[in-house]
Amino acid sequence: MTDADRGAGGGRSGAATPSGGRILLGHGSGGKLYRDLVKDVFVKAFANPVLERLDDAAALAPEGRIAFTTDSHVVQPLRFAGGDIGRLSVAGTVNDLATAAARPLGLAAAFIIEEGFLLADLRELCASAAATAREAGVPIVTGDTKVVERGAADGLFITTTGVGEIVVAHELGAAAVRAGDAVILSGGIGEHAVAILAARGEFRFSADVRSDCAPLWGLVEAAVAAAREAGGSAAGPSAAGRPAAGRPAGAGQAAGGAEALHFLRDPTRGGLTTVLAELAEEAGLGIEIEEAAIPVSPAVRSVCDLLGYDPLTLANEGKMVLVVAPEAADAVVAAIQKTRYGRDARRIGCVSAAHPGRVALRTPFGTRRVLDMPVGELLPRIC
Amino acid sequence: MTQADELRRLAADLRAEARPDLTFMEVCGTHTMSIARYGLRELLPDGMRLVSGPGCPVCVTAIADLDRVVALARLPEVTLATFGDLIRVPASRTTPAAERAAGADVRVVYSARDAVQIAADEPERQVVFAGIGFETTAPTIAASLLEARARGLTNFSVLSMHKTMPPPLKALLELGETPIGGFLLPGHVSVITGTACYEFLARDYGVAGVVAGFEPLDVMRALLRLVRQTRPAIEIEYGRAVRPEGNVVAQRLMEQVFAPSDADWRGLGVIPGSGLALRPEYADADAALRFPVELEPPLEPAGCRCGEVLRGVTDPADCALFGARCTPEDPVGACMVSSEGACAARYRYRGIDD
Repeated sequence: MTDADRGAGGGRSGAATPSGGRILLGHGSGGKLYRDLVKDVFVKAFANPVLERLDDAAALAPEGRIAFTTDSHVVQPLRFAGGDIGRLSVAGTVNDLATAAARPLGLAAAFIIEEGFLLADLRELCASAAATAREAGVPIVTGDTKVVERGAADGLFITTTGVGEIVVAHELGAAAVRAGDAVILSGGIGEHAVAILAARGEFRFSADVRSDCAPLWGLVEAAVAAAREAGGSAAGPSAAGRPAAGRPAGAGQAAGGAEALHFLRDPTRGGLTTVLAELAEEAGLGIEIEEAAIPVSPAVRSVCDLLGYDPLTLANEGKMVLVVAPEAADAVVAAIQKTRYGRDARRIGCVSAAHPGRVALRTPFGTRRVLDMPVGELLPRIC
Repeated sequence: MTQADELRRLAADLRAEARPDLTFMEVCGTHTMSIARYGLRELLPDGMRLVSGPGCPVCVTAIADLDRVVALARLPEVTLATFGDLIRVPASRTTPAAERAAGADVRVVYSARDAVQIAADEPERQVVFAGIGFETTAPTIAASLLEARARGLTNFSVLSMHKTMPPPLKALLELGETPIGGFLLPGHVSVITGTACYEFLARDYGVAGVVAGFEPLDVMRALLRLVRQTRPAIEIEYGRAVRPEGNVVAQRLMEQVFAPSDADWRGLGVIPGSGLALRPEYADADAALRFPVELEPPLEPAGCRCGEVLRGVTDPADCALFGARCTPEDPVGACMVSSEGACAARYRYRGIDD
């Protein structure tokens, strides 16, 4: 306890000085050292009135239906071109909420820290998480910290849990998808996976690729609004037989044109291929994709050619797949393109009643093949 | 003209000029992948068949050799370094991946040089590199072995299961099970070997061969050249990478370290002179000699027809296990595991109507 005692006398920087700037097992003890760490690092980084109360649970005041999600982040290395574990942990959970068309209300962040981790690094990664949370407009309102013995964790693991308020009245998901719907992708794929590969250094290549890691609530909010407007002014399949005109188009209204938006999912691990293959299976419908319409940067394509990866199966952390009624597709694409992370958004295909459960990819050569989920670890080719 | 236009034009020429019922063999697994990935079968004339050959390194590795890999991995002092393709391949009773999960030190590397570095970094470990592949990879393994020797690393050794490409082609023609009208010869292998080693195909067997690149247009152009040959000959379509004499530096490196040996091929059995064993001067780095292990007799998976697929006798889709008991998630045979395997390529990139 001598460290803690000295820490107590050390004032503002007390948590850092006696430990040599490193996390000690004592930081996870729940005592004074722990309290100092929480106040000095986390409360400072995530500054907001709810967190500052340091209650065991945060009170939120949602108005509509609630979305609730959690995601653990164990990325190695902790920093990579375009992001770090702090940004990733916030963006990942914000994006999971966004797939339910949910505005993020509050996040909880649980840190598992390896003994000996540098306090300076922890501060920096928390600052990155805080900046991402500000960008997404969501406070980090509660959290937890555990310190484990050296070797029991790989530096830093962060679990974030999010609560969000769903801004549409209808159910999103595979069951809402109809034949004829348009499939929209919000931008280029494979950038996160390639940035991580480059940062790991195993392949000794340097690539001019930055992770796309980003919070997408703004993008989804724009898509919801555009779908509401487009669906409200044009009679889509969901509105068939009912007059489209005169329907209120405000937020929180039941029915309304937002029903033109049918499905949202972020193509993280398993990539675009997995999202599409799962959707076809769950919806019991076919999907037709134009390979040439899928944005892949030249750098990502080169790395894939070199190592034998398929960009369609690579992870993304700042992309969204949207399925919308056909009459709303152009408006939704245009709206997404106006947002910060959606400039390269485009329609990449459509849902069809043919070949239920399967995704057909039309190659740039006009031939077609099935798109299947990737299996197991991604492996490089050997000859 | 766009690439798509060019592809359609080549396909039209093929349909106009090809005799019916031609069967060509694509020797290399990367060709198999390219043909499947771009759906090229759709474009072929009716009756033209493309069959996969013995050019997927993982697929042709004999089960007995895989058993030895696993046995070495189980030795407590051994770190087994291997290309990723090998770790999910079923040996008789287990896979390297299962052994790794059970505690064996199995590491995936991207080149043999990475394995040499592990040996340098961890002098207390015996690093064994599981060497599979053809003339494409063998020179790099040779260079790694020389590097380890130059650095004085005595804890690096190679389990050489390397093979050379011409002998199985000869064996296939001798077997005569499938009427092969011509070969799409391997692009990467030929970068090293050149083309002289294939001349016997045309000279002794009257069978044509065209060395092909891996882009869809390469494959279609090479097929058209096969169709247009009036007298069987060996040609190069992949001229931007392959020279008739090959890569002489790499050939010398390979000859310095390896000598031809008999090798056991899945599906083809032992083919004389088709393997690459370490020369006696490098016996100290031969993992098979350094770690003698007792092996139980190999067990072939019941019902698996990988051997016939590798000889071009059976189409992957005609195997009763294909897509049912044997899938990439839960493979029975090696051809469904390797990304270049004929079964995996056919399954993953099957046509939408299959």
